[in-house]
Amino acid sequence: MKPEALAEALTSRFAGGIEPLQTPFDIPQFRVAPSVLVDVAAYLRELGYTMLLDVGGVDYFPRSPRFEVVYHFLDMKNRARVRLRCVPEDDQRPEVPSLAGMWPSANPAEREVYDLFGVVFTGHPNLTRILLPSDFEGHPLRKDYPLRGPREKLEARFAAEKNRFHAPKLAGER
Amino acid sequence: MEMINNGQFFTTTIDKFVRWAQKSSIWPLTFGLACCAIEMMNLVGPRYDASRFGSEVMRSSPRQADLLIVSGRLSLKMVPVIQQVYQQMPEPKWVIAMGACASSGGIFDNYAIVQGVDRVLPVDVYVPGCPPTPDAVLHAIMKLKESIAAGRAKGGLMAREA
Repeated sequence: MKPEALAEALTSRFAGGIEPLQTPFDIPQFRVAPSVLVDVAAYLRELGYTMLLDVGGVDYFPRSPRFEVVYHFLDMKNRARVRLRCVPEDDQRPEVPSLAGMWPSANPAEREVYDLFGVVFTGHPNLTRILLPSDFEGHPLRKDYPLRGPREKLEARFAAEKNRFHAPKLAGER
Repeated sequence: MEMINNGQFFTTTIDKFVRWAQKSSIWPLTFGLACCAIEMMNLVGPRYDASRFGSEVMRSSPRQADLLIVSGRLSLKMVPVIQQVYQQMPEPKWVIAMGACASSGGIFDNYAIVQGVDRVLPVDVYVPGCPPTPDAVLHAIMKLKESIAAGRAKGGLMAREA
């Protein structure tokens, strides 16, 4: 499908929920409201965009709404791509519907975005941390996250466990 | 050591003898964390040949290893893993922090990397470099041997509660 025809088809079908964006390269790109994301994705799949390449997150911090979730779709037959940028409205608890039911490849990718940005994917079968340890606090790719993380807290924890594996001092040892 | 009867017998202490045995075959664990592991592999190859000093056998099981070479940056998520591996090693056991990352966090001054493995494990020898050459690791093993022979490196003997 030609980019213009695709934009026409999508905007007429999901009026108000989708908006074409400037395309810096040859990939047509759209801003999508979370409410219609699943329907848009299903429709794209009908059109032949059968592969979900990646789900990524972006934090445009001072801006509000600050988060964007970016989806790349691929039509393997026609070698065409589409990019969707989904913008959750809430900055405190950004929520986007999950595509993991439709594309298994969305499952780990959405977990990564959740892990690093704290975007909640509603309907995800197993929305847990994937890269960081499960007891980690915060979402480190957010722009307002301290670069060095909870350094003092960690050092205190390590210091408390410091002698866990150390050999005992022998009598007369300095 | 004392030679008796023209070298036919010698006397020594049990302690010294045990230390000599321990230092003469320090088997490292196959445990690579990052790019330093590539240099560590060279250590046992023909060019550097750690077998000259009794350290050629990389053991794949911590239960058969004496030496844990922490070769690379240790991420926060890896801490419980490396601690479990260390606990599974039989005593006496030694730890070498190989490279800048293992020694101090190196360039990774961020939320994900432990700023030096001495935070979570008792380290015997630190090797600087990014990455250190196999020479340097060999030198660290020699230092460890000296240390064992002198009775300074205790081999991570855990505190035994009375």
